[in-house]
Amino acid sequence: MMLRLAPALIVTLLVAPILAGLAMALLPAFGYLPALGGESLSLAPWRALAAQPGIGRSVAISFAGGLVATALSLAVVLLYLAAASGSRLDRWIRRLVSPLLSIPHAAAAFGLAFLIAPTGLLARLASPALTGWEQPPDLLIVQDPWGLSLIAGLVIKEVPFLLLMSLAALPQLDAERRVAMARSLGYRPAIAWLKVVAPALYPLIRLPVFAVIAYASSVVDVAMILGPTLPPTLAVSILTWFSDPDLDQRFLASAGAILQLGVTAAALLAWWGLERLMARLMTAWIARGGRDRGEAGLRLAGKLPILLATGIAFAGVGGLAITSVAGFWRFPDALPRTMTLDHWAQALPALGEPLASTVLIALGATLLAAALVLAALENEQRTGRTASKALWLLYLPLIVPQIAFLFGLVVVMEQLGTRPSHGLIVFGHLLFVLPYVFLSLSEAYRRIDPRWTRLALTLGASPNAVFWRVRLPMLLAPLLTACAVGLAVSIGQYLPTQLLGAGRVSTVTTEAVSLAAGGNRRVIGVWALVQAGLPLAGFAIAIGLPKLLWSHRRGMQGAP
Amino acid sequence: MTTPHRLALRDLHIRLGDTPLVALDAEIGPGEVLTVMGPSGSGKSTLLAFLAGFLAPEFAASGRILLDGRDLTPLPAERRGIGLLFQDPLLFPHLSVAGNLRFGLAGTGADKAARVEQALAHVGLAGFGERDPATLSGGQKARVALMRLLLSAPSAVLLDEPFSKLDTHLRQAMRRLVFEHLREAGLPSLLVTHDREDAEAAGGPVIELSPAGR
Amino acid sequence: MRAPSLRLAALLPALLTSTGLMAAPDPADWPAVLEEARGQTVYWYAWAGDQRTNDYIDWVAERVDERFDIDLEHVKVGNTAEAVSRVLAEKQAGNDTAGNVDLIWLNGENFAAMKESDLLFGPFARALPNFALTRPADNPEVVTDFTLPTEGYESPWGRSQITYYYDSDALRGNGDAHDALPQDIEGLLAWAKANPGRFTYPRIPDFTGSTFLKQALIELTDRDEALYAPVEESDFAAVTAPLWDYLDALHPHLWRGGRQFPASSPEMRRLMGDGALSLAFTFTPSEPAAAVADYELPPSTRSYVPDSGTLGNVHFVAIPYNSPHQAGAMVIADYLLSPEAQATKQDLDVWGDRTVLDVARLPAEDQARFALDAENPAMLPAGALARTLPEPHPSWMTSLQDAWQARYVGR
Repeated sequence: MMLRLAPALIVTLLVAPILAGLAMALLPAFGYLPALGGESLSLAPWRALAAQPGIGRSVAISFAGGLVATALSLAVVLLYLAAASGSRLDRWIRRLVSPLLSIPHAAAAFGLAFLIAPTGLLARLASPALTGWEQPPDLLIVQDPWGLSLIAGLVIKEVPFLLLMSLAALPQLDAERRVAMARSLGYRPAIAWLKVVAPALYPLIRLPVFAVIAYASSVVDVAMILGPTLPPTLAVSILTWFSDPDLDQRFLASAGAILQLGVTAAALLAWWGLERLMARLMTAWIARGGRDRGEAGLRLAGKLPILLATGIAFAGVGGLAITSVAGFWRFPDALPRTMTLDHWAQALPALGEPLASTVLIALGATLLAAALVLAALENEQRTGRTASKALWLLYLPLIVPQIAFLFGLVVVMEQLGTRPSHGLIVFGHLLFVLPYVFLSLSEAYRRIDPRWTRLALTLGASPNAVFWRVRLPMLLAPLLTACAVGLAVSIGQYLPTQLLGAGRVSTVTTEAVSLAAGGNRRVIGVWALVQAGLPLAGFAIAIGLPKLLWSHRRGMQGAP
Repeated sequence: MTTPHRLALRDLHIRLGDTPLVALDAEIGPGEVLTVMGPSGSGKSTLLAFLAGFLAPEFAASGRILLDGRDLTPLPAERRGIGLLFQDPLLFPHLSVAGNLRFGLAGTGADKAARVEQALAHVGLAGFGERDPATLSGGQKARVALMRLLLSAPSAVLLDEPFSKLDTHLRQAMRRLVFEHLREAGLPSLLVTHDREDAEAAGGPVIELSPAGR
Repeated sequence: MRAPSLRLAALLPALLTSTGLMAAPDPADWPAVLEEARGQTVYWYAWAGDQRTNDYIDWVAERVDERFDIDLEHVKVGNTAEAVSRVLAEKQAGNDTAGNVDLIWLNGENFAAMKESDLLFGPFARALPNFALTRPADNPEVVTDFTLPTEGYESPWGRSQITYYYDSDALRGNGDAHDALPQDIEGLLAWAKANPGRFTYPRIPDFTGSTFLKQALIELTDRDEALYAPVEESDFAAVTAPLWDYLDALHPHLWRGGRQFPASSPEMRRLMGDGALSLAFTFTPSEPAAAVADYELPPSTRSYVPDSGTLGNVHFVAIPYNSPHQAGAMVIADYLLSPEAQATKQDLDVWGDRTVLDVARLPAEDQARFALDAENPAMLPAGALARTLPEPHPSWMTSLQDAWQARYVGR
């Protein structure tokens, strides 16, 4: 029974590499790395870590930045859902969620940086007419020491993620009826939503929220672009140490990786404490029974921030698009004096191979993930048991910071004698793609009315026929959306691709990041747009294909 | 289609933990409808799930289901030959009307198409084959669901409050139509309902279940 | 006696394993190397942050495919140390014969680190037929990497030197641009005071930023000789005291008041392009002219080397000890030294990286290929690069980086 094995297989595929990678970070963290002459265990790497200039600040920024970015993103999403459900803005935002989600983190960060920098688009639009600036002002905005621009960049990217997860979970709550009931008791709509829907919604999106905390406290690429520099966040420091030509720094870097694990764990723990506190406050607030105090404020707080976040994300991408065709662009010109297609013409010949690799790897990882997830969910349906408890381990790759185990994983792979190849990268991407595919598909799969299965069985269809002829076609739309999410996740991966592929396999993302080192904003613009365009194509297919296939099936329009 | 079948329920007992839910011993002849009545929570749906083969693992059941003397109890749902009619017509939304009818139909292409068309004509829906089920009226959907059940050639039928969601005037007509066809096909049927009129229309014996944990 | 024993060491793994693929090639037997290289795929790990460099490497790939039947794959890395870590990870895992890295572009600390950990194949450089064109006897910099003798473990490829550039339009109005520009490190401080917020340097440990520290140290200290020996041999605090005094004085007048620094030389170039700076420097003399052509800098950009002279060095290619394609890698290293490849590399339309060949002693027809584009106003005037200061010992770089970070990070 292949199906029975699916949950075990998934857990092994995800957990084993992470544990092995962590082990190979843990050993050097305590001085054991024979190839570098570290033969015995010692605390020297930790002493070196503690002596790093600014290490305390690095840790503090990683910890606080992760928590603040998560809290803000969650607040924006919940307030929006409370205030805007059913409005015109709501339909509009829902349509934009997928494209927003598909903008890779790095591209969004570049976009934001170019928007708000003192030499950026906003300053240019306002200068010199409003500001009188002929030269860019000497202001510390991007990469500020408090990590505010980093937090802003993270919020812009995490809001669509949490929103998508909430929208996927909401249908099981029957939110409309709950709100209607509360309104009939005299509650204003936004307050009603917060009091009767939000407390039920939160447990359903808790794991995605944890994933956001873990990500935000350990992110590398966004922090490199927007984060503070003197010192940088812990994750960025670790990457610097790992890539230091002085090979002895490897011990320090490994200790740092373990410290990062601790910082992320501490952030999760702190969040857990905040959850408790919020729960008490909410209970008190609900019990007080206020029905309309603050409704107007809530409506505004629900709509403004999400509009701002969405607007900034798209304006940033727009800015990238302009730079990708810009000739020389002197401050404070709002638009470049000359436009040129040179940058595109230069990049196009080089696009083919990375593009092919990207698509191949993304499709491989996503199809594999989809097959495994379907097998696990189908097994769940057939045995009638709910999720195997071990499946929460699925979220391990989302909770354990990449930087903490990937370097160790490369050493393990080397020891197993595996050669870098597309296959190995597909396997590496699977670690991150699978949880997201599961997260996106499981709700729809579990929610499907069991009577469809019973009906099909009593009509004589075998369990396999039920899967292929009933469940799969009925779930086509959510399945394709889950695949599009998987593709987007795979396309955005940098560290796993670079490390497991020994740098030999280049994807649009590795190209974009290595060109980013060159700092030519115009070339970055080109590659960031390509990088953002690919997942967008995936989402377009995921939304368009079911519409096309089911154009004569009204019952499938907007089906689960 | 008209081979007469006989369904026997021998000494059925269904329990949830230590609580007995249903106890039943009955025999249903060809074309006969046994009506099981009881308020909600009396174990009606659990009984149906057991007979059809979907009993959730937390229930414990004993006894035997005999179809023409053959024991169905160990068989999985799809091999029992027991058809189900639900409250809702549950036409597969991704298939056409004809696709729905073909779903349970064994046999080859040309023959199938002819039988589907014949079945549609039989309930006054000739030419509806390529229609999207979502565009049918409630009564039309119910008729398609009935024909889909009959085309799958079951040996016995379970009816799960099949008329409760229909309008009053449609309900009368559907009752007539369903029971007529079941009788004509010689199928032993078990109807679960809380509507006494259903039981009267079915015309067969009636068993009352009492609420659990009395 | 060292060479044969080393060769034996390289042979050992192959001898010990019955499935050993092939013995390490003997650089001295060049025809055999050429023969062995035929059909090999060589993975060259090279920094890829610059489109022009990447395009040039593509050009080299086409040539070596035509001439030597070698398939050259450019493995694009954002940081050379990534390639060093890879070789290290392989050694750690006991992979001594089938490494992924065949050729690596490096110098300075990366070379020192790899050599110290025995991660390099060689010596091979002197056996390359074209190596003689660099005339090492007269040009010691091609066999010296940050004061360390290369001992044939890396082959020279190109040259860098600190070059300043500015926007002549933006500085007009300050009187004669050239006179107003700083001509030594003290002049730079005065200039920064007169133009607050208009100069900066890349954040340490960036390579170009660290080079700036060394440049300043060389000019400020009166114990120059100490810099050309390992740092442990001198009183670091005493030697570097003038540097910290200088930086403490300079930082308040830098961009962002010295509280933030650009991450790298390219980012500094972007700040120039945005008009956030008036004066910047690069380690690649042709970079400003190339950036004008790529619309990154205004056409009014001009370059100069201060009268005090600036730090310069040579960058190299090396071959890891566990590369399975050492023959192919050597053939490529040799081709990179050919007059054709070197002249194309120096062509401003291609890359603009200066040659390591001793051009004056090349045959006349080869010399003509190297004529510099004097027409380009953003290029340095001829002869400007003569004022080259040699690199200190690599240990200084690390110590300066650590000291800088301890002093300026996290406050």
